[in-house]
Amino acid sequence: MNSAPDLLLDATGVAKHYGAVIALRSASLAVRPGEIHALMGANGAGKSTLVKILTGAVRPDAGEITVRGKPFAAHSPAEARRGGIVSVYQEPALIPDLDIRSNLRLTQTPPEPVRHWLAELGLPDLDLASLARDLPLASLRVIDLARALAIEPDILMLDEMTAALPANLTERVLEVVGRLRGSDRSVIFISHRMIEIAAVCDRATVLREGQTVGVVDVTHGSEERIVSLMLGDIASERPVRATAGRTATGDRRSEVVPRLTARNLAVGTKLSDVSFDLYPGEVLGVVALEGQGQDELFDILSGSERPGSGELLVDGAAVSFHHPADAIRAGLVYVPADRAEALLMQRSVRENIALPFTARIGAWGPIRVREERRRVDGAIGKLQIDTRAASEVRRLSGGNQQKVTIARWVAGGVRTMLCFDPTRGIDIGTKQQIYHLLRDLAGAGAAILLYTSELKEIQLACDRTIVIFGGRVVAEIAAADADEPTLLRAAYDLQADAPMPEDVAGAVLAEPGAAR
Amino acid sequence: MSAAANALGRARGGFRDGAGAWARRNLWTLGLFGLLIVFIALTKLIQPNYGAPGIQGLAISILPIAFAAVAQAIVVIAGGIDLSVGSMMALASVTSAVLMKGQDDLTAGVIVGGTLLFGLLLGGINGALIVITKVPDIVVTLAMAFVWAGVALIVLNTPGGGAAPWLMAMISGPLGSPWLPKALVVLAVVVGVVWIPLRRSTLGLSLYAVGSDPLAAFRSGVSVGRTKIIAYALTGLFSAIGGLSLTASTGIGSPVPGSYTLQSVAAIVLGGVSLAGGRGGVVGPIIAVVVLALIRTDLTFVGVNPNFSTVVQGVILIGVVMFGSMVAMRKVRP
Repeated sequence: MNSAPDLLLDATGVAKHYGAVIALRSASLAVRPGEIHALMGANGAGKSTLVKILTGAVRPDAGEITVRGKPFAAHSPAEARRGGIVSVYQEPALIPDLDIRSNLRLTQTPPEPVRHWLAELGLPDLDLASLARDLPLASLRVIDLARALAIEPDILMLDEMTAALPANLTERVLEVVGRLRGSDRSVIFISHRMIEIAAVCDRATVLREGQTVGVVDVTHGSEERIVSLMLGDIASERPVRATAGRTATGDRRSEVVPRLTARNLAVGTKLSDVSFDLYPGEVLGVVALEGQGQDELFDILSGSERPGSGELLVDGAAVSFHHPADAIRAGLVYVPADRAEALLMQRSVRENIALPFTARIGAWGPIRVREERRRVDGAIGKLQIDTRAASEVRRLSGGNQQKVTIARWVAGGVRTMLCFDPTRGIDIGTKQQIYHLLRDLAGAGAAILLYTSELKEIQLACDRTIVIFGGRVVAEIAAADADEPTLLRAAYDLQADAPMPEDVAGAVLAEPGAAR
Repeated sequence: MSAAANALGRARGGFRDGAGAWARRNLWTLGLFGLLIVFIALTKLIQPNYGAPGIQGLAISILPIAFAAVAQAIVVIAGGIDLSVGSMMALASVTSAVLMKGQDDLTAGVIVGGTLLFGLLLGGINGALIVITKVPDIVVTLAMAFVWAGVALIVLNTPGGGAAPWLMAMISGPLGSPWLPKALVVLAVVVGVVWIPLRRSTLGLSLYAVGSDPLAAFRSGVSVGRTKIIAYALTGLFSAIGGLSLTASTGIGSPVPGSYTLQSVAAIVLGGVSLAGGRGGVVGPIIAVVVLALIRTDLTFVGVNPNFSTVVQGVILIGVVMFGSMVAMRKVRP
């Protein structure tokens, strides 16, 4: 070859179907050398299938892919790596029972460059002898990224890299990724967070219904265009908060008994003192940085763990849960962030939705099929679950799986719903549907507790929010005042007028900068 | 210059941390070693005459079970299980005994080598069936346990055949000191020669990776299927070594597998290998085999009904594993 190819990665006409379900119709993706290229698409747009093809996990039915002008056909991540593409996945690809050094040896990655990148990414003191299973998720993701950077691939693919990362690490990651711009290597960047796309990406390829529907230069105002491309017809739909409901709740508060009251809950070293009231008809947000005790709080509320001390009241009466069944009986149902924790992945959508109310003790004997079908269909309709692949939940897209986890409770009637980051890693369209659903449930009198790692969701879906830091509630903020800078300050337990640490200030300042 | 000093300092620090980490990570094996010492003391207490001859006998009698335990440990670490270990041992035992009978030393040596390759092949067939057909490992190896047991009976339907004198001499008697049985040395050498290089190789890492998290292993570039097949082949190899040790200790081949399969599972569970895969080693299971054998001889010596001693063995197995998981839980939740 006498001239360097113009494109580092060139994929055209890529198609893939699973039986009758067409995952990719005709996708194309062209990445220039030295650019950071966003790959965008709503649920079921085919984004994850295209990612799987590029990582070697899935073989395409048709289409041509070249890397640096050479044909790329990978049957495994190892071959994809030899072909020049290295990926960082949503779940860390580190072996839990091996220490980090062995993990590096497994992928033949030299440790010195990994150390360098770990320092750059804000983990300079990481002990390479620690077992992967002993490290927090955020560190594992950063290690995964450092390992991928150390390999120096032609194309680095980051799939929801910043999901579940605390704000300061997110900043470092984005900064390091941004530095790769202009080198002879490229990054394919996949994220649901527009702010990050705007902050680091040069161009964006948008998929919809298995096809590439547009390639957008990321500049001022391009978010709107990306969103409209992604959403197609429902582009104009915006989350609507039931402000009437909020004021009504405020008025009623003095007379109404809270649905759920936590008094000085504490457990272990993570949760030291959490108190709040959750009223019927409201969505109460919970905001916290990674690992501030929110996991333990939700474990206690959902009956998975017993509090070390403190009191829990449901409808004004003290309760003590020994098992999630106790919590469910008291009307507290739990929607986890990890769909695999809640669903029977190999069973059908129908069984998954019906399980919570057919599995009640005392409901033994034959299942009343007609009654079950009515309730399940009602829930499927209400949540607009795509049931094309309904015979096995694991074949559904992530967003549809999450809808099933909510639908299983909706079908039985919701009194109190505990949602732990229910929109993690799912697309904007489905997120909006979930916000609507939560508002509708609250409007119908349910009480909803919503922990979210995306600060803007507080204003989109909640009436008010509590902020947890170091295992304590450090602030309670009404939704109207809960803009992202305010929440982030509160999450770091900073006074409103106190100067912020540099990395936090960076996270906040990145937003206006991104919009400019 | 200062960079070198830094590197040296880090290496030294790394060594100290490494020793602590090693102890932490091998806590189960160390605990088991303590248990072994307790049982040796107990044995000496109730059998004051227990000495070098007793240890000789013990070493020879545990040799086949120890190899079975190592065989099982390898495949379980890689996230599988092999219920055909006992049958493969029987098949290797009769095949070697039939072929070796009346042969000169050199030919017998070739036959021993061939038996080892045969073991690799048997295990490889198990692994290939599991990986290619995607039938669960328990089903495949249970079925193959019948197949290999049947083939063993076809090769030799009553105990018979012979063993080369050098093979029998290899494991009987002491080496130098009467307290050091040759069987123990053979066990240590064979396991050391195969396991230590394996543990340090990428293949060894891959075994742990595949057992610990197959998806993460795949994404790390490990060929999951190939690694599984190799794990089963190594299990076949150690089963064949166990079979050879049977032939060597009795001088003939026996076509009916003992309870080696279940004993191997018991030994690895007691030896700290997680049945979920990815955790453990081969030293723990070997110590576990010795502990279980000591329990049996002690109970026999004090005149307990042999049937009852089986019950005791089971209770101890459950007790120790329960104690271990309680300690582990205490560690997770202070």
